[in-house]
Amino acid sequence: MLVLLGVALVVVGFALRLNPLLVVTASGIVTAVLGGVTPSQILDAFGNGFAGSRSVTIYVVTLPAIGLLDRFGLQQQATRLIGKLRVLTTGRLLATYLLIRQGTAALGLTGICGPAQTLRPLIAPMALGAATRRHGELSDPAIERVKAYSASADTVGLFFGEDIFLAVGSILLITGFVDTTYHLKLDALQIALWAIPTAVCALVIHSARLLWLDRRLAKELAR
Amino acid sequence: MIDAEWLYWLCGLFFLANAVLCGRERRYGAVAFWALLGLSFCYSTFVVAKTAAAWPLGLAVLVIAGLAGFGAVRKAELPAPTEAEQESSAAKLGNRLFVPALMIPLVALVFATMLASITVGGKPLLAAGTATLTGLGAGALIAVAVGLVLVRPAQPVGLGAPLREGSRLLQSIGWVVLLPQMLAVLGLLFDKSGVGKQVGTVLSGLLPGGSLLAAVVVYCVGMALFTVVMGNAFAAFPVMTAAVGWPVLIQQFHGNPALVFAVGMLAGFCGTLCTPMAANFNIVPAVLLEMKDRYGPIKAQLPTAIPLLACNIAIMYWLGF
Repeated sequence: MLVLLGVALVVVGFALRLNPLLVVTASGIVTAVLGGVTPSQILDAFGNGFAGSRSVTIYVVTLPAIGLLDRFGLQQQATRLIGKLRVLTTGRLLATYLLIRQGTAALGLTGICGPAQTLRPLIAPMALGAATRRHGELSDPAIERVKAYSASADTVGLFFGEDIFLAVGSILLITGFVDTTYHLKLDALQIALWAIPTAVCALVIHSARLLWLDRRLAKELAR
Repeated sequence: MIDAEWLYWLCGLFFLANAVLCGRERRYGAVAFWALLGLSFCYSTFVVAKTAAAWPLGLAVLVIAGLAGFGAVRKAELPAPTEAEQESSAAKLGNRLFVPALMIPLVALVFATMLASITVGGKPLLAAGTATLTGLGAGALIAVAVGLVLVRPAQPVGLGAPLREGSRLLQSIGWVVLLPQMLAVLGLLFDKSGVGKQVGTVLSGLLPGGSLLAAVVVYCVGMALFTVVMGNAFAAFPVMTAAVGWPVLIQQFHGNPALVFAVGMLAGFCGTLCTPMAANFNIVPAVLLEMKDRYGPIKAQLPTAIPLLACNIAIMYWLGF
């Protein structure tokens, strides 16, 4: 039971808004010590964990391209373009992006959209541009809200799209774990199919909230 | 066979170049942080290949985390382009600016759909599972090249421009760049220390016997909550399945295994939407979008995650048994 103290440390650390790197490092060490892991094994775990998870940091290779285009006005151009497409309100744009993100992820194409590839250079500036065109100058909370909803469209679309694709990590984990532990023969296709009802719910719920954002912005900015 | 290691070296070199740029401004804490991070990315290649010991890397990671955690990597005031400059260049270049930006997703698409299945001499050209990553890297490089050709008419820029502008963005991300990997390490340590087994024991003790609905709720909510703590539904799945999913939902109530496990995993994903522990999904976008509130995306996702969790419970309860 003692190891759960390490988990509590994370929760408390995040709640107190301490530096997350320190919280995570300290909690990892404390948990491991309580769990009877030796110091040399702890160092090995830090090394192996870091080396094995480099793929989550790979998005930084896009930064030179994004930065260059940023410098030469990509975000401003995205805003201009959306200014011409009057039908696309912030909510409709983000709901469309959600559909695209979810659809491409369901086809296994998780890497073609993402926070660094599409969200920062294209989608978020367009969403902000559409809001400015419709509501005039945006307040700081409104800007934060549009950015937050843009990020949410990307994440929700990814999570509830990728599980429909057969070869995704989570399906392989389910079949791998269940088949070896409980001696079943699970069909990956069945698992992918049963991800569809939840995917539809996610699309409906989140699209509705994205479309509702237009009204909410109108209300907030009318004051 | 091409694997993703060249890309990690590219990342490492980018971090090292960033360290050099910080050195020019005499910000030595930042120099140490980025230089160590860059070297660690390259050294990791040998750790993964098991040709070098992991502990020196572990030590380096602790130093990097310490440097950042104790405030050695302060934010720099880098010269950002002015709005007027950006506007005038956007007016000049127009929609052509989208060409390099769209290169990244397009090249990634080509790699994922066409190049992934190519074999050379009986071996796949791209190592299994790396097609998307490789495509992203290739797309980024092509986008830089196309971008440089494109902006040249607007303003003569040196080859250092992408590096300088990339470094500006990287430094605005700052130490958060390390957080997702540190969380992966934490997951590994939790696993080694048996945290999962303990949580499973606690939860199966809470489970009231005989009620199908209660068992479904405990499995789904447990997946979500455990994922919030661990930051990763993959870590929660084996634990919750061993504690509730298999013995109660499948063996006792004879549920449809494919449905129960698929929906259980998706219940975990509802948890991922709500946790700062899933930093790469929830914190990194906030930093990339230069938001003031790092928890902004989580706040926008919570009202979707909660009804969606209820949907998962309903789907499992009505369709799974």
